[in-house]
Amino acid sequence: MKNLRINTNFIPLIITICLFCGLFAIGSVVYRGFFSMQVVLNLFVDNAFLIIVALGETMIIIMGGIDLSVGALIALSTMIVGFSMANLHWPPALAILAVLAFCSLFGFVQGYLITYRKFQPFIATLCGMFVARGLCFLINQDTIPIKDPFFITVATTRIKLMDGAAISLTVVIAFVVLAAYIYLTHYTKFGRTIYAIGGNEQSARLMGLAVDRTKVLAYTLSGFTSGIAGIVFCFYMLSAFGLHAVALEMDAIAAAVIGGTLMTGGVGMVVGTVFGVLIEGIVQTIITFQGTLNSWWTRIAIAFLLLAFIVVQRILVIRRESKKRIRPVEFI
Amino acid sequence: MEDKNKLKKRLIDYQMFWPLFALTVLLAFNFFFIKDFFAIEIIDGHLYGSLIDILNRATPLMFMAIGMTLVIATGGIDISVGSVLAISGAVVSIMIGGDMVFLNGEQQYVSHYPIVLALLAAIAVSVVCGIWNGLLVAKLGIQAMVASLILLVAGRGIAQLITDGNVVTIYYKPFFYIGSGFLLGLPFSIFLVAAFLVLILWLVKKTAFGLFVEAIGSNVVSSRFTGLNVQRMVWACYAISGLCAGIAGLIVASEVKSADSNSAGMFIELDAILAVVLGGNSMAGGRFLVMGSVIGALIVQALTTTIYAIGVPPEVTMVVKALVVVAIYLIQSQAVKSKVKTQATPPTLKSKEAQA
Repeated sequence: MKNLRINTNFIPLIITICLFCGLFAIGSVVYRGFFSMQVVLNLFVDNAFLIIVALGETMIIIMGGIDLSVGALIALSTMIVGFSMANLHWPPALAILAVLAFCSLFGFVQGYLITYRKFQPFIATLCGMFVARGLCFLINQDTIPIKDPFFITVATTRIKLMDGAAISLTVVIAFVVLAAYIYLTHYTKFGRTIYAIGGNEQSARLMGLAVDRTKVLAYTLSGFTSGIAGIVFCFYMLSAFGLHAVALEMDAIAAAVIGGTLMTGGVGMVVGTVFGVLIEGIVQTIITFQGTLNSWWTRIAIAFLLLAFIVVQRILVIRRESKKRIRPVEFI
Repeated sequence: MEDKNKLKKRLIDYQMFWPLFALTVLLAFNFFFIKDFFAIEIIDGHLYGSLIDILNRATPLMFMAIGMTLVIATGGIDISVGSVLAISGAVVSIMIGGDMVFLNGEQQYVSHYPIVLALLAAIAVSVVCGIWNGLLVAKLGIQAMVASLILLVAGRGIAQLITDGNVVTIYYKPFFYIGSGFLLGLPFSIFLVAAFLVLILWLVKKTAFGLFVEAIGSNVVSSRFTGLNVQRMVWACYAISGLCAGIAGLIVASEVKSADSNSAGMFIELDAILAVVLGGNSMAGGRFLVMGSVIGALIVQALTTTIYAIGVPPEVTMVVKALVVVAIYLIQSQAVKSKVKTQATPPTLKSKEAQA
């Protein structure tokens, strides 16, 4: 019985992986030059920041919360990097440290408001998003190019893999973050507490878990992760702008859901989210290869995928609930 | 029973107090620090002035706030309103557009389709969007935030498809009346929102609809057990929200005389939610006040206008809005805390949960 239940949790992830392979196969058959190592690697290269930010988002969603401030925090990170180096002549290391420290603090404040002031996560992070975007424009309303040699070196460095295919350093950063998140969610007390809170916060509290501390920590971690994503975004774009990464939080949430994370919390895996991002990337790649379709078809396709996965989740949950002979709650 | 009524009345007064207080403070600030803020001039028989301006500019937001209030009252949320606004604008602009023809030797623009048909089509499409959200939330039981996220992501794409990715300019003059016409010296859109508000208030106060919505927001399960058709009620709320977004889209399109699917209504869903929260409504659902949300919308617009007027970069508006919401939340939670202490209400299931 126990095995069966775990299997149901894995169904969305299995569908996602199959879908990814299917999309890749279709692309390879239909378009010339699609079936190559570089196309696959480019999915990582172009979406490294999205992978990082979606990992943080996944952990928050597993905990039953939501973080809408991640996109704005990325924009603010680029702004801090651009401004501190161009105007204050800070060394790159100091700028990066400042970004990470500030984003962590930002996440901490949000976590504090949500946990101890009983703000709804939605509202608190919405406000955070407004504050972060507003701060961007307070710093500078125009684009600041990042011309620092260190940033340019990192941005242009390519690590050769087999067949002449190459990845950028940002992909390496993304994988390091992924490894850290896998360790955190599956092998630490912190991770298990996150799952427990997502399953049922009340029970987690009654079990004597450090719910409040974990929640604040998780939001702080999400802010920190957004900071890393922001720096990766700097490497990717080499510019700072207040309207970078608009609506990225929606992509991150979509990636988490497509990757099998339940929006109600308690169920999900960070590895699935990576596949969610890859599916978003491959949809974009197919539309680029197709050539005649407009780029907003990407949005529609992602929305359709999101819908399909949410419906699948719903059906699975309803089936599980009916097995337990509990009347399913119709809506929340 | 009488005591209960008194208590209820006091609560309602209490709920309306903060939004009105905030609006008054804002206006008082303007009175002291901005020259001629309250001056109203009559030019060409139309009233002009900052106050009229605030009223006029707040109309799309007021519409959305009304719809959003009902949705939030059921315990849901509709974050797709901005996209629905864009879709509505796209439909109406593509259907009206404007062909130049010569009538009696004069150059004139006529619309592609009759204007009534275009307006009805735009509103119908918006209501369909609302019904779609309602289908996902009420019928399939998907979380409201996620359900409307789908339309938020897809909506702008759909609007782009309708306009083929262009900014469609509208040349047909009669259409401009909705957003920038004047009636009895006041902007026409104010009358629109007033009429709609009366309709919704009638629906909420004079029919059982308001009570049902409140019941669903307070407790879904018990509402179902009392025999309420929860699905249909929730569905109706989302449809109304779509309708509101659609009308707002018409006003915006008529105001700017074009439809830009990329930027029309960007972030307005957040403004609408802010308006509802500022209006003293609980995000958790249950008790709701439509009037409060309308005042909330006015606060948001007054804040924006104030910030423009004192010459701070307009982007700061976002920071200020956010900080205001945080402050209001803090005040409310503090106020609620002290209220609970002083009144010593009998422990309900909810307060027991909160204690645990």
